[in-house]
Amino acid sequence: MSAERERLVEITRRHFFRRSGLGIGSVALASLLDERLFAQAAGGEVLARAPHHPPRARNVIYLFMAGAPSQIDLFDPKPRLAARNGEPCPEEFLKGERFAFIKGVPRLLGSPYAFERRGASGAEISELLPRLAAVADDLAFVRSVRTDEFNHAPAQVFMNTGHGRAGRPSMGAWLTYGLGSEGRDLPGFVVLISGDARPDGGNSCWGCGFLPSVYQGVEFRSAGDPVLFLSDPEGIDRPSRRRALDAIAALNRLRRAETGDPEIDTRIASYEMAYRMQTSVPELMDLSKEPPEVHALYGTSPGKASFANNCLLARRLVERGVRFVQLFHRGWDHHGESKASSITDGLPRLCKETDQGAAALVEDLKRRGLLESTLVVWGGEFGRTPMNEARGGSKFLGRDHHPRAFTVWLAGGGVKPGITIGATDEIGYNAVQDPVHVNDLHATILHLLGLDHARLTFRSQGRDFRLTDVAGEVVGKLLA
Amino acid sequence: MKGDGPGAHGRSERPPLGSFPVHRRPRKPISNRRIGAASVAALCGLSLLGAGQGGSTPVDRWREIAPILRTGCLECHSGNDPKAGLRLDRRDAAFAGSGNGKFKVIRPGSASTSPLYLRLLSEDPEVRMPKRSAALPAEAIEKVRAWIDEGAKWPAGLVLERERASRDHWAYRKPERPALPQVREESRARNPIDRFVLARLEKEGLEPSPEANRATLLRRVSLDLVGLPPSPEEVAAFEADGSPDAYEKQVDRLLGSPHFGERWARPWLDLARYADTDGYEKDLRRTAWKWRDWVIRALNEDMPFDRFTVEQVAGDMLPDATLDQRIASGFHRNTLHNREGGVDQDEARYLVLVDRVATTGTVWLGTTLACAQCHDHKYDPFTQKEFHQLLAFFETTEYEAIGDASVGEAKYTEPSLEAPTMEEEARRAALRLEIEEARRMLGPGSPPLEAEQAAWEKEPPVDWTVLVPEPVRSEGGATLSVLDDGSVLASGANPDSDAHCVTVRTRLQGITSFRLEMLPDPSLPSKGPGRAYNGNLVLTGFGVRAGEEPLPLSAARADHEQDRFPVAGAIDSDPATGWALLEETGKPHVAVFELASPLEREEGTLVFTLEYRSRYAEHAAGRFRLSATRAKNLRARALVPEGIEAILRIPRGERTLDQAVSIAAFHRSNAPCLDPVRERLRRARKDLEALEASIPRALVMSERPSHERPATLLRVRGSFVNPGERVYAGTPSILHAFPRTEMPNRLGLARWLASAENPLVARVTVNRLWQEIFGRGIVETSEDFGTRGSPPTHPELLDWLAVEFVERGWSVKAILREVVTSATYRQSSAASRERRERDPENRLLARGPRFRLEAEAVRDVALEASGLLDRRIGGPSVFPYQPPGIWRLPYNDDRWVESEGGDRHRRGLYTFWRRSAPYPSMAAYDAGSREACLSRRPRTNTPLQALAVLNDPAFFEAARALAGRMIAEGGEGPEGRATRGFRLCTGRSPEPEEVRILLDLLGDERARAGGKDGADRAAWTIVANALLNLDETLTKE
Repeated sequence: MSAERERLVEITRRHFFRRSGLGIGSVALASLLDERLFAQAAGGEVLARAPHHPPRARNVIYLFMAGAPSQIDLFDPKPRLAARNGEPCPEEFLKGERFAFIKGVPRLLGSPYAFERRGASGAEISELLPRLAAVADDLAFVRSVRTDEFNHAPAQVFMNTGHGRAGRPSMGAWLTYGLGSEGRDLPGFVVLISGDARPDGGNSCWGCGFLPSVYQGVEFRSAGDPVLFLSDPEGIDRPSRRRALDAIAALNRLRRAETGDPEIDTRIASYEMAYRMQTSVPELMDLSKEPPEVHALYGTSPGKASFANNCLLARRLVERGVRFVQLFHRGWDHHGESKASSITDGLPRLCKETDQGAAALVEDLKRRGLLESTLVVWGGEFGRTPMNEARGGSKFLGRDHHPRAFTVWLAGGGVKPGITIGATDEIGYNAVQDPVHVNDLHATILHLLGLDHARLTFRSQGRDFRLTDVAGEVVGKLLA
Repeated sequence: MKGDGPGAHGRSERPPLGSFPVHRRPRKPISNRRIGAASVAALCGLSLLGAGQGGSTPVDRWREIAPILRTGCLECHSGNDPKAGLRLDRRDAAFAGSGNGKFKVIRPGSASTSPLYLRLLSEDPEVRMPKRSAALPAEAIEKVRAWIDEGAKWPAGLVLERERASRDHWAYRKPERPALPQVREESRARNPIDRFVLARLEKEGLEPSPEANRATLLRRVSLDLVGLPPSPEEVAAFEADGSPDAYEKQVDRLLGSPHFGERWARPWLDLARYADTDGYEKDLRRTAWKWRDWVIRALNEDMPFDRFTVEQVAGDMLPDATLDQRIASGFHRNTLHNREGGVDQDEARYLVLVDRVATTGTVWLGTTLACAQCHDHKYDPFTQKEFHQLLAFFETTEYEAIGDASVGEAKYTEPSLEAPTMEEEARRAALRLEIEEARRMLGPGSPPLEAEQAAWEKEPPVDWTVLVPEPVRSEGGATLSVLDDGSVLASGANPDSDAHCVTVRTRLQGITSFRLEMLPDPSLPSKGPGRAYNGNLVLTGFGVRAGEEPLPLSAARADHEQDRFPVAGAIDSDPATGWALLEETGKPHVAVFELASPLEREEGTLVFTLEYRSRYAEHAAGRFRLSATRAKNLRARALVPEGIEAILRIPRGERTLDQAVSIAAFHRSNAPCLDPVRERLRRARKDLEALEASIPRALVMSERPSHERPATLLRVRGSFVNPGERVYAGTPSILHAFPRTEMPNRLGLARWLASAENPLVARVTVNRLWQEIFGRGIVETSEDFGTRGSPPTHPELLDWLAVEFVERGWSVKAILREVVTSATYRQSSAASRERRERDPENRLLARGPRFRLEAEAVRDVALEASGLLDRRIGGPSVFPYQPPGIWRLPYNDDRWVESEGGDRHRRGLYTFWRRSAPYPSMAAYDAGSREACLSRRPRTNTPLQALAVLNDPAFFEAARALAGRMIAEGGEGPEGRATRGFRLCTGRSPEPEEVRILLDLLGDERARAGGKDGADRAAWTIVANALLNLDETLTKE
């Protein structure tokens, strides 16, 4: 496999140095690099990895609702379920089923929330998401998504990597591996986190698995350094850092001449890129220069850690060419074992935390003409049961984990707007029309980005792995 | 549930073969695909054989067809998970067709409508079969046509065995010692390794490189053997050593270093997926480091690799297994575990076992066994059944899976073991002895204290006046009733926390002390005196008021106090402390509270408050009585409970034996002359408790006793919810036989793995050693020696090393010594562009290795160069500086609390490893997450790495310390200081140009700072920071 090392070196460069010769530090860089590398780094198109087919989307913003929102209370109205509220769940659904917490025969639980048809498309959206309702015509709802896992960490890892055990590359890693980054001074895969904790699946949700670590998601943090170790240590100012880097590069070039090792060129370029990131990332993260109407649209306030702020940051990242932006907002796990975790108290709160930001993002992207090339995906790791969980006799209403059918919405990036595909049975238990497995969703996302999920492979442990394992069909009905 | 295990091979399986033509989209052929040479040869041979033969009978025809199907089709179209749902190994399935019988591919009598034939003819590479290898020879295709046209006769019941080229694969044949190749320039070979390498170079027409200079060489070999750079003094000594074996002496010094085990543990920890937490959601901590320290020790001792293997796979099953051997069995306890509430614990167990099999396959067989979890291995000769047979070996370990998550009971546990060091064990034995002795002295068996007892008995009894309550009230709502003897009995409600308020009227004047008797009662749990289930109580407060005026108490004593619950705690102001009675419940006890001054007043009301507000629920008194006395100077006699007092009143000679024993025991337990012994006992017990709490536990394997052959259920498509046939423990048939002398259990498996008959284990192991040294294994895919792995660059060298390894008693150090003393290793890594272009990846080894250090070493080098490194070996994992906010886990409020002192500067391998949130600077340097077995790390070069070493406060602290060292050790002049720093980081002396660059930087920084205090130091810190970031510092050259 003589290609492997070459590929590692090349992808390292492609990932971080695409078009870097044209960037802020280009003059300095040009003087530092030997001609061969410079030629490679400057000739961005040479380094770009072509997609398999013409892409519909260039970037992805994935709004990951960790904890799993209730589709029945948000997107999949079930009048028959409401009518049968309180009845024991029919035996046919329970036979052979494994639940995380439900014991015995649970009772059906209709949604306490009103649904209305919204926009010209008539999409049915719950009263809990009024802002989203306003952009309904831009969204495509899939009501029939299903997964294989029914506990949070494995299901989040599954939704992100196509495998229920931690250790495989995540979707963002696959995409940056497949397409490289358009970003000049930023990594290709950025993660932003809000909510009550980090996601249950931990860093595995944006890990690179067996892919080189350049492809793992880089977390941009809302407190402290936005990227770890971005600030110069105390007592070092910019000119001083510049001089130190020049000295390092000068010494490295001497070593390059002595040993002939081209890896040293890459190291010099890495340090230059780091230097540029020290400027570009704080500039990116600074929301204070956004005009008041943008803040009004998103409900953002600069410097605050919030989902809305992260939505606005996502737009800014996409504007700067970052391939895959993934937001995690945890807190949707509404089992009803307490008031705070009930669908009557906790669910409205989470909707309030996220509704405006998500809707604003779609609207803002559209206004700026970015929605066409940006795929927005919203969804959790599984759905919630149509039955009340009533754990330990709890009097609060809540729903258990439900892998068989849940709703994900997509927007932009070549997705047909204003449609709803897939359907569940009358109580919302099983997907009965156009079921879309997680593998299918992955195949579709890759397809929209110009990649054939069956051809995007990486050899590890003696086999060619892919995001979709051995399955996956592109969901044709979703394509515009 | 879909089969979610491995199995993808870059192709979709959806298009059924029968819906011809089938492909909706062009596909890229997978590169590097090698259809086994054997099958190509077979096809060629076949075509020759078949040429010119006509008029075959059906039986003859079948004889011709069978090998075509076998070699051309069955690689994909056989077994229980065939491509396109088409099996061509069984008659029924073949005629049923693809899509599991949906589309006919053979229409007997009509080849021209049979896809099986048509697809052999197609010119479209996406349609033509066999898919990704050369088209069948025309003669073979013609035979297929004839066979189908003649009715496609397939003898009943005849099943075709998939012919696996893989059965003859080199890696499954036991290595034999190859002859040493002839080389033209013998003098260039220092040892046999060089002959293999030189022979290849000579064949390729490449010259080897000259030997590296001594500074570079010593730094290289130090990093390779102990993972730390040499000190400038070590380099100087080596440079000055004119003896012919100067280098070998350095090698032996390093092999004997206690840091050898630390450096070589690192790749083993990657393989073992070692970490300090469970992984997944809660990602709780576990105590795994005892096993890690075992690995370091075993490597330092150069434990033979076969023993190293057996102890880790089945150390617990060895006869009379030692503590160390049982700790070693923790290798497979490093599996992940999801502790989320809703987990199916039995499935969790299955996943743990799957990981154990897959890891065992990678580590000891260099085989991707994981591919056979869901279906037969697609490329290598391992079946799904064999996967589960291996799994059965692990099925019989002890575990507990309780599965009702909804009530908080769900758990999956495997055994752990208290693992004291020898020092801890000795200390514990000493404490136990001390306790034993003290107890004997205090216990009934010790000689009676005749004289003291007699004197004590002569003391006048204290005259107590019982204070009869009127009224008594429970704050928490218990029912308190006053009995005839003046005692109070509690019943009814049993509040978690309570206070008893007792009002008494007394005419007694000059009261000096109060007595509180805690009395047993048959109505109480465990007979009392307390109301806790075990008869215990905790009196957290005792106070008395005369009217509104609190009476100060000066002392409290009791006849018995539970350890850490002294009665003094009842009269301090701390509500958390109090008096309790274990282990002596069920008996009467007495406490005496002395007033600070006698109560001089006439008749009046006293109000007592007895508080029971400890964190232990329901620990109030069940029956108690209050008394008062005017006696002064109370001695031991004051603490005599009523029952004992009654016996005392009986003349000595008239007491029964029981009574005599009771009196003696009571006296002994209170005799002032034994106070020092009691104090010693108390302290020893306390120390023992603290010691035992501090002794870490090791996660170990342990076997359930059973007389049955280990078995398990095969899982259909690898899915836990689809149990299939029962399979028994066994090893794959392609490999060496399971020894007849071994039991078919985990210990037998361990010995089978570590057997000299195993064709893989020695090769796989020496290859990993090679990979660590040269950056790439002789087999590059060190995790996969199967047919899809990369072929060895130097097959004979690999075999030679493997045979040597076994013959030298599986000594890792012997092989490493052989490698690092070879001329091949000692070559300079510099090379001209032309030479690099000949062999960019240095497969042929015409130069020495040069590549970036692994994550741990990046840290270790900075710490060592700066002088901060704390070289202590082993112990619990440590918490060096980490930016805030890295840990913020769901359902787990665990916090990263930075270690103090030297633990902030320990080697990278001791850094606490949380799987869901790895240590950032190590993650940036490709350290991985330790979620799965890892045989080789990728090696990237990124801006995040640059940011870490430039700015991570942990690295900047090293820069400051290095600056201090340069100033302190580099003499007065800046040249000397710069040189010192350069040598500390790179091992070599800088060239003048290099010094000039550093001094220019220094000058600029000094100028920037002007004459400010500390400006010089700050400028040197920036120089040091630059030195730590040099490519050469971060690289093994």
